[in-house]
Amino acid sequence: MINDQYYKHRYVISGIAIVVVLVYIIRLFYLQVIDQSTKDQADNNALVKQTIYPSRGLIYDRNGVLLVFNQPIYEITMTMRLMGPEWDTAAFCNCLQITRAEFDERISEIKDRKKNRGYSKDTPQGFMGQLKKEDIANLQESLFRFPGIQIQKRTLRDYTYNAAAHVLGSVGEVNQNDIDNDEYYSRGDYSGRDGLERTYEKQLRGDKGVEILMRDSRGRIQGSYQDGELDRTAQAGTDLYTTLDIQLQLLAEELLAGKIGSAVAIEPKTGEILALASNPSWNPKVLVGKERSENYEVLFKDPTKPLYNRATQATYPPGSTFKTIQALVCLEEGGITPNTLYPCSGPSSTPIKCTHHHGSPVALEKAIEQSCNPYFWAAFRDVLQKDGYGKENETFRHRYELWRNDVMSFGLGQKFNDTDIGDQSSGSIPSTKYFDRWYGKTGWKAITIRSLSIGQGEIIVTPLQLANQAAIIANEGYYISPHLNKNDSMQTHIHRLNIEKQHFEVVKEGMHRVMVYGTGRHFAIDSLHMAGKTGTAQNPHGRDHAIFIGFAPVEDPQIAVAVVVENAGFGATWACPVASMMIEQYLTGEVKRKDLRKRIAESVLNESVKKW
Amino acid sequence: MRASRSGNIWQNLDWLTVGLFLVLVIFGWLNIYGASYTFDQTSIFDFSNRAGKQFAWILGSLVLGIVLLLIDYKTYDVLAYIAYGAMLILLLITPLLAHDIKGSLSWISLGPVSLQPAEFAKCIVALAVAKYMGRYEYKLRTWRDLIVPFALIGVPALIIMVLQKETGSALVFAAFLLVFYRQGMSGYVLWIGVAAVALFIISIRFGEIPLPFGTGSVGILTCMLLLTAVEIFFICKEHKMKWQPLILCGSVAAIYGICLLINLWVTVPFNWVSMGVVLALILYNIFVSIYWRKWALLIVAAFSLGCIGYTQACDFVFTRVLQPHQRTRIEVLLGMKEDLAGAGYNVNQARIAIGSGRFMGKGYLKGTQTKLQFVPEQDTDFIFCTVGEEWGFVGSVGVLLVYLFFILRLIEIAERQRTIFTQIYAYSVASIFLFHLMINVGMVLGLLPVIGIPLPFFSYGGSSLWGFTLLLFILLRLDAARMEQLR
Repeated sequence: MINDQYYKHRYVISGIAIVVVLVYIIRLFYLQVIDQSTKDQADNNALVKQTIYPSRGLIYDRNGVLLVFNQPIYEITMTMRLMGPEWDTAAFCNCLQITRAEFDERISEIKDRKKNRGYSKDTPQGFMGQLKKEDIANLQESLFRFPGIQIQKRTLRDYTYNAAAHVLGSVGEVNQNDIDNDEYYSRGDYSGRDGLERTYEKQLRGDKGVEILMRDSRGRIQGSYQDGELDRTAQAGTDLYTTLDIQLQLLAEELLAGKIGSAVAIEPKTGEILALASNPSWNPKVLVGKERSENYEVLFKDPTKPLYNRATQATYPPGSTFKTIQALVCLEEGGITPNTLYPCSGPSSTPIKCTHHHGSPVALEKAIEQSCNPYFWAAFRDVLQKDGYGKENETFRHRYELWRNDVMSFGLGQKFNDTDIGDQSSGSIPSTKYFDRWYGKTGWKAITIRSLSIGQGEIIVTPLQLANQAAIIANEGYYISPHLNKNDSMQTHIHRLNIEKQHFEVVKEGMHRVMVYGTGRHFAIDSLHMAGKTGTAQNPHGRDHAIFIGFAPVEDPQIAVAVVVENAGFGATWACPVASMMIEQYLTGEVKRKDLRKRIAESVLNESVKKW
Repeated sequence: MRASRSGNIWQNLDWLTVGLFLVLVIFGWLNIYGASYTFDQTSIFDFSNRAGKQFAWILGSLVLGIVLLLIDYKTYDVLAYIAYGAMLILLLITPLLAHDIKGSLSWISLGPVSLQPAEFAKCIVALAVAKYMGRYEYKLRTWRDLIVPFALIGVPALIIMVLQKETGSALVFAAFLLVFYRQGMSGYVLWIGVAAVALFIISIRFGEIPLPFGTGSVGILTCMLLLTAVEIFFICKEHKMKWQPLILCGSVAAIYGICLLINLWVTVPFNWVSMGVVLALILYNIFVSIYWRKWALLIVAAFSLGCIGYTQACDFVFTRVLQPHQRTRIEVLLGMKEDLAGAGYNVNQARIAIGSGRFMGKGYLKGTQTKLQFVPEQDTDFIFCTVGEEWGFVGSVGVLLVYLFFILRLIEIAERQRTIFTQIYAYSVASIFLFHLMINVGMVLGLLPVIGIPLPFFSYGGSSLWGFTLLLFILLRLDAARMEQLR
């Protein structure tokens, strides 16, 4: 154009275009290269990580009978960010049959970061859990109306038998501590809270899977992300085969009904626990699902303490059952021989009277058979005093220390560390220090601690330890720590005692005679050779505890049993029949003594024991 | 290839521009498919989805382009006013025929398709303006010469804004300011535009923030200080003074210093002080201009006075005149409000979509933000999000550079014209494309308020595609005929 004086304006206009594009490129550089936050925001927008819960491993008894399995339940989660203002709370509450107030309360709980530390409005939060299929049916139909709501399928435990609640344990929601300590868990997950469920949690829980789904802006799922390449399938938990014999367990619990007590049966050769019953107990089904916390509280507050596993946690003086150990230790320490005779003056004996009437003097086998207190006092005394007391009582104290070590080699006074039984008490065999503290180093003699000779006084043991003690005698000098998982891994946990094998033969014979001529003779059966020892543990709080240990058949022991019935009186009256029938059941597969079974099972010794 | 004087349209056609047009249209079409694709979709040609429909519109636009090229170039000049008149009538009756689409009354239904007359208005206004300003006797000397051109763009803009409620489409007519500027309008007009936007933003954004001393708001004080600086600059420039700037600056500084000192005992209303300073400078300015007969300074004084009024008016306009949703958009843009669920939702989701594309992009058809419909209007006004998410920084910059190249090419074409008519028309086309690019991409990138105008050739929609085709191919036809024009 001629004489175009504004020609330069062309460059201004071009310049504006260039500056605009340049500014936008800088902005793009900021958004797409520098600012890192958007990638996660986009993922949060579009990707839903749906956890696929593995089904928990099943639990079987030793014969492959199913004890614990899974039932499906449903959980409702909500992602707050997807719940817009048009979200119909009233209709939602209506679907779930909850009130608006309940809804609001739950929402405020979810949003409360004190209670729910992992809260984020971008991730699904557990709204209601443990719902049955019929509870969520309405919601499932109209799920599309409630963006942000997801229904997740989970499983709950279910039980074939109303039995073995203490052993099996229960599954409950994880607490903050679990979440902090194990990254496997997140809020609302379940884990084994006690019993085998807790011990074998890692085996039973399996591996969670994850499915990455895409959702659109309205929260509708649009299929899997990258064709599921990043998804991971859930690995079901590994099944657990326990050592329990469910029939034996059922019998034990049946016989303990109406009483406070416990029964433990062990296969001596393997240390496998055949039955572990503690009464009062509960139906394992009540600690499942929505009712769990409510029922747990009821159990927790029950004065008979059903949650307390008496078989492994309660401690009692072993009473006369301890005489078997006393005999073995005294034989080993050279205080007596099988032929050593001690006099017995019956009830007029001093310092400990005899509760039975039998001839005098007595040798070991007869002493066991008749549970002769004076015999064991004399043997105990002689073992401790064998080398005199010494100047400062040190020889005696040393002898006591040897005696104590021998007793403890039976697994007493300590927990079984190498096993899968969770809650145990250690019991106690008093130490030298203990008596030194009470009486001073020189202040205690054999006579001072005479009650120990007959299993009274400061000795306390658990029923599990008692059963193990019976197993040791049955095995003639070794035990494998009692355990509940029926795989062979425990077979290496063998503990050998420093007691000559022939000593056991004497004690075994004595125990056999208990069942033939002695305190247990009423509950012997002809077809089985049982060995046993009754005990009546004095109890400062009330009636004596009835205790019994035993095993059978004597020739080749297959089962060792310990039974404790609290405040029941004589061991021979209440504990022995329970053990005897358990032995019969295990060895013959049935209890022929129907009347005895009925009588024991229906006897109520403690009115406050509830049946769940 | 040398442009031939003989009238073979295919020889003289600017194929480079046609090539850029095709690149943009086809890439845009791919992205519409990307934006409307929902993972289970099959064909890009499927007419039930938008990519398929857009394919039809593209074929139509190609036919339209060819037809436009075949029409005698003189026709456009001849028909400009008639078309303008017809267009005004069409724009006026549109709101009567239109059905309400998201508050807009700009769409007319013709059987299965809807058309937006406003999209075609740009082209016709450009022709009319070009015809008026391209007359042999027309010379842009004074303001009066711009009255008719302003009226030519103002009338349809007002109809579109007021009657059709399409603020975005109306705003595009501001692009003609660049055309007038090229033809000789003072650059100050552009500056006034910039100043108006700047003052508006400052007074709104900081208007509510109180000063840390005295009374008054940060926004007003900042505006007044800027005006003071502008006053002093012009007084010195026009008066060619050597020592007065020092005195002026010194006295202004002294006034503020004294006020700050007084403020220790008595609260000083700094709003009024700063306004007083500006008024004093204006009075001085008027005095100087009358005394020395420097009339240009009067304009500066009037400008400043207008600015004071304007600053006061901004607040009024903002709180009273603007619709609540428009107010919210501005507040969100200025960072005064965070409203990610409401007005800020689009912008935030757009930001996430573009940002998550990172440097290389997520790959074609792999963008989750756009596929899952997190960005509203993602195949129309927010189509640039799809580019950002799936093609990344590389792709977005590529698209911007192609546009820049395209616009610079249009300016190049404009400059080589032999008639004012074609030159003005060409500049109109370049300016309209630049405005669309600036407003649309600026909105998507969160730099400008949400104003719904399409990204040329990219956004889904037949009206806009045909409107831009019309605009461009008329230019190409006129350009192809430039050799036939007498110098």
